[in-house]
Amino acid sequence: MEFERPLFELEDKLDQLKRMDVAVNPEIAAEVEDLEQQLEQLRKETYEQIGPWERVQISRHPERPKTQDYVATLFTDVVELHGDRLFGDDEAILAALATMLGRRVVVLGHRKGKTTKENVARNFGSPHPEGYRKAMRAMRLAERFGLPVVAFLDTAGAYPGIEAEQRGQAWAIAESLSLLADLPVPVVVVGIGEGGSGGALAIGFGDRLIMLENAYYSVISPEMCAMILHKEASRAAEAAGCLRLTAADLIDFGIADEIVGEPLEGAHVDPEPVIAAVGERIRAALDALGEVDPQTLTQKRYERLRAIGVFEEGAG
Amino acid sequence: MSITDWFRAREDKRYTPVNGAGPKADVPEGVWTTCDSCKRIIYEGELAASMRVCPYCGHHFPVPAHERIAQLVDEGSLEEFGAGITSSDPLEFVAAKSYVQSVSSAKEKSGLEEAVVTGRATIGGHPVIVAVMDFSFVGASMGSAVGEKITRAFEIAVSERRGIVFAIASGGARMQEGMLSLMQMAKTAAAAKRYRAEGLPYIAVLTNPTTGGVTASFATLADIIFAEPGALVGFAGPRLVEQATRQKLPKDFQSAEFLLDHGLVDDVVARGGLRERVSLVLDYLMRPGGAA
Repeated sequence: MEFERPLFELEDKLDQLKRMDVAVNPEIAAEVEDLEQQLEQLRKETYEQIGPWERVQISRHPERPKTQDYVATLFTDVVELHGDRLFGDDEAILAALATMLGRRVVVLGHRKGKTTKENVARNFGSPHPEGYRKAMRAMRLAERFGLPVVAFLDTAGAYPGIEAEQRGQAWAIAESLSLLADLPVPVVVVGIGEGGSGGALAIGFGDRLIMLENAYYSVISPEMCAMILHKEASRAAEAAGCLRLTAADLIDFGIADEIVGEPLEGAHVDPEPVIAAVGERIRAALDALGEVDPQTLTQKRYERLRAIGVFEEGAG
Repeated sequence: MSITDWFRAREDKRYTPVNGAGPKADVPEGVWTTCDSCKRIIYEGELAASMRVCPYCGHHFPVPAHERIAQLVDEGSLEEFGAGITSSDPLEFVAAKSYVQSVSSAKEKSGLEEAVVTGRATIGGHPVIVAVMDFSFVGASMGSAVGEKITRAFEIAVSERRGIVFAIASGGARMQEGMLSLMQMAKTAAAAKRYRAEGLPYIAVLTNPTTGGVTASFATLADIIFAEPGALVGFAGPRLVEQATRQKLPKDFQSAEFLLDHGLVDDVVARGGLRERVSLVLDYLMRPGGAA
């Protein structure tokens, strides 16, 4: 990632020095030691001062654990469901029946790929309307059979394409919001990477929102925000700061409930403990929500949404 | 300046403006308007009398909120609520222009307190809640205040057993309130869902332009969706679609007529016939006495 470049350059330099023959150049040993200290200092500085824009970059890291990694690790007996029964199957959305330590659930998630080939097939995790309609089909199954829903968010946004518009992208997202609003089963949402606007929100709210430390959730991408404000996408770092899109910001606004920590450099350097921690939080949330009767559950979900917003109210 | 004076003044200059920017400098503000579509010059009084529809080509101009309400509801029936709800600046959003500045200049320009006006009214004698959005107010974007007013509109309609008629325009969720704006999509959709369960009708009229988070939430959850001729309606704006796909957009992409062709709206209805059509649908979907 861009902000890590000085760090990697120093690491390279150190590697080169280490490969030199100490017997020929005795002063190298001292230099190596000096550089190692510098490197440690720089590493601390790089990650301690990590800002919203750096977090957005980490959230987009190609090796960051994806929906399929969480599903493969945390669930067993996975039965993937394909297609919306109307148009086609959108690989940018995963819908599945799955089991988590004996508990049967419906899993939803945006699905990015790790390779270019995968990403092309999955449209880089940006769904078309049929993706949301598949998700809705799975939600209705969850309702009929009393299965909780676990949703993983990781999309730059719903796809802004010609066909997506022709097939009613806005209509699909709106219906999905409407369905999720009073789905009478527990809904646990985990922000694992990108939370790009309406395309994330369509499967992205419920009774509990768990955010990874470096996941973001935003009304608009920092790049597009910068385009609108300054006519240049290069000022995205600034825009990322303005938008208050980090996990910590979401806690402040009362939108997210809890944050799962990541290694200093991001979840991609050591995914297993992060995935395990997410699993723990999902289990705890499902345990707590499983006690609540459906009517109370949907009433509380409504009240939770109802309370979001900051405005002034005078006489009128 | 009277019209004849204006003509004389123009003649004195001994030139005839052709299309384009030429006449602009000489046109007294608010007296003449150039049609965006056919480029003909229309007298403002004529435009107001024609519901802001070009008498030559039928182009639908934007309508200020209160004028729209007058076009839509039974005369004098509006009883506004939520007028005191206004935006605050929870993110302390400062860019080239601060959010506080944007809102205060919008208030000045539009004479409104927010991008939506909500109230009780009757249409064809049917008790309804109306909400009318005004694009001149920060692009009629939905922040916390708009989200709250729309949510209350649904809630009041449930408790008073009223129909809902919304005239919608919007650039989408209001960027300057960040995630609080995005969550208004879920909040208004949830309120619309509760309303839907009551067996009362919700009619949405989509006007130019309706895009982004408003299209993707309460606007398209209506039972009946009408769109005004030529209105641009979609999720992503056409420029974004063009950039993302690097494809040439189809003719009339995202126009009301395009939506009709793709099965996304019930009909395209010209402004002049809108009140009658809405009233007729309410006749079908609402029982006399307001109880559905």
